[in-house]
Amino acid sequence: MIEDLLSQPAVQFAVFSAVKIAVVFAVVMTFVAYAVLVERKVSAFIQDRVGPNRTAPPLALKVPVIGRLLQSWGMFQPMADGLKFMLKEDFTPSYVRKVYFWLAPAVTVIPAFLTLCVIPFGSNLGDQKMVIADLDVGILYTFGIVSLGVYGIVLAGYASNSKYPFLGGIRSSAQMISYEIAMGMSVVTLFLIVGDLNLSKVIQWQADHGWLVLYQPVSFVIFLVAAFAETNRLPFDLPESETELVGGYHTEYSSMKFALFFLGEYANMIASSAMMVTLFFGGWSLPFLGTPATGLLGGLVHIGVFIAKMVVLMVVFIWVRWMLPRFRYDQLMDLGWRRFIPLALVNIVATALAVAAFNR
Amino acid sequence: MTKIVERSPLTFYERTYLPAILEGIKVTARHFARTVQGNNTAKDLSGGYYPETPWKVSEGYRGAPYLVRDQDDATKCVSCQLCEFVCPPKAIKITPPGPGGQAAERPNAEKMPREFEINMLRCIFCGLCQEVCPEEAIFLQRDYSLTGLSREEMVYNKEKLLRLGGVHAGVQKWKHKAEEAKAQETFPVQA
Repeated sequence: MIEDLLSQPAVQFAVFSAVKIAVVFAVVMTFVAYAVLVERKVSAFIQDRVGPNRTAPPLALKVPVIGRLLQSWGMFQPMADGLKFMLKEDFTPSYVRKVYFWLAPAVTVIPAFLTLCVIPFGSNLGDQKMVIADLDVGILYTFGIVSLGVYGIVLAGYASNSKYPFLGGIRSSAQMISYEIAMGMSVVTLFLIVGDLNLSKVIQWQADHGWLVLYQPVSFVIFLVAAFAETNRLPFDLPESETELVGGYHTEYSSMKFALFFLGEYANMIASSAMMVTLFFGGWSLPFLGTPATGLLGGLVHIGVFIAKMVVLMVVFIWVRWMLPRFRYDQLMDLGWRRFIPLALVNIVATALAVAAFNR
Repeated sequence: MTKIVERSPLTFYERTYLPAILEGIKVTARHFARTVQGNNTAKDLSGGYYPETPWKVSEGYRGAPYLVRDQDDATKCVSCQLCEFVCPPKAIKITPPGPGGQAAERPNAEKMPREFEINMLRCIFCGLCQEVCPEEAIFLQRDYSLTGLSREEMVYNKEKLLRLGGVHAGVQKWKHKAEEAKAQETFPVQA
C-alpha cells in the first residue's frame, strides 16, 4: 500500500520537495545564527576587541581542550542569543496599530526565505536536482518576491505609530524601490548573453563558458551595490540607522518579533549572496568541475563548492559593514538614480550590440 | 585674522568612491590582522582581559570619590557641606554634628561630620566635590568597579569612605598654614 503510494511520481516529488525544503530551511537558519556570530567576531577584530568568548553550557567545558577552544571562538553564543530572543518579554506598546504590528515581522521574513527556493545550491544528488523549484522564470520570480520584502519594513514603520520607525519605513520604501530598478537592469545583460531565465541553465552556461563576472564586471558591481541597498546593510542601512533613528523600523519591536526582522535581514543576505554566486560566480561549478554530478560524492562536493562561494560573499557583506560609513540620504538617491540606472542602461545597450555582433 | 581654506573639488577618481573604499580595506585589514595575531589594546595596556586581569588604572584617573585622612590620621572633612550643595546628581548626604556634637579630630577645625554618605549609584564621578572642597578632604580615586547586591550596599557611609580613602599625605594644607603664620612674624618689613 505504502509502496504503491511511494512509487507514484507525484508523491515522490512531494516527499523529496518536503525533504529539500526542510533541509534548506534548517541549513539557512543555522547559517543565520552563525552569520551573526561571524559578524560579531569580525566587527570585534576590526575594532581591536575580542568579541564573544565567554558563553558555554557547563557540560561543554568538561570536554578537554575542545570545549575551551569552542568557548573562546564563541561557538555557543548563537544558542544563548536564540534562547534570549525566545524568553524575553514580547512587549506590544499601547499606541501601535496592532494588526499591522503583528503582521509586519512575518511579511518581512517570509519573502526572505521564499527567494531561496529557486536557487540551485548543487547539481544533482542521486536522481534529485538540488533546487527546490526549478522554475523556468527563476529570476523573475526572485525579483517579484524580493520586491515584496519592502512591504514588511514599510508596514513595521507605519504600524509602530511613532516617528523614528515611520522615518525608517519611508526611507526604506524609497531606497529599496530605487535600487530594485538598478538591480533588475544589471541582470538583464546576463540573460542577453545566456539566453535563458532558468537559474540552473544559467549555471550550466557558466560551467561551459566561464563565470559571468568575467563577461559582465559592470553588472556585477551594480548588482553588488544594489544588493547592499536591498538588504539594508551598511553603507546603505538608512532604514535602521541606529545613530539617527534609534533602531529605525524595528525600534518598537522586542523579543521574537524583533528577532524575525533580524532573521529576515540575515536571510536576505544569504539569499542575495546565493543569488550572486548563481548569477556571477558559476554556482556549484568550478572551472574543473563543470558537469552535473552523477554520484553521491560529486553531488556533495558541488553543494560544498556552492556553500563555500556563498560564505565568501557573506564575509564581504559583513566586512563592508565595518569598513564604510553610512551614505547620506541624498547621496544614496543620487547614486541609485543618476549613476547606476544610466550605467546599467548603457551596459544593456552595449551588451545587446555585442551579442548581436557575435551571433551574426 | 580669518583664513579661508580653499576646498578643492573632488576629482573624478575620488568621486567614484574607489580611494575611500581602498583606504577602508587597508585600515580594517590592518586592525583585523593585528587582533587575529592576539594583540589588542587590552593586552597592550594591562596584559590581559578584564575579569581575569584587572585593568591597570593610570595616574590621575577619576574614579570613585572617597574621604581622606591627614598625616596625623585625622578626618579632614569639616562638614561645610559645599560638596553636598555642588553635587549635580545629589549623591552626597552629610549629617552635621549639630550644637554640642562631636568635636573635630584635629586642631584648626571646628567640627567634622556625624555622617557622610555617598550614594555610588547616583555618583557620576564628575569630580566637582573634589574641586569645591576647601579642606582637600575628598578625592576621586582609582576605584572604577563598584559592585553590590543591594541599593543599600551601594550607599557608602563615612567609615567606609574613610577606610577606602586612606591617608592623603601629599597635600598638608594646615601644616603649611601654620608655617606661613610663623613666617609672618619675621617677615622683613621695610620702612
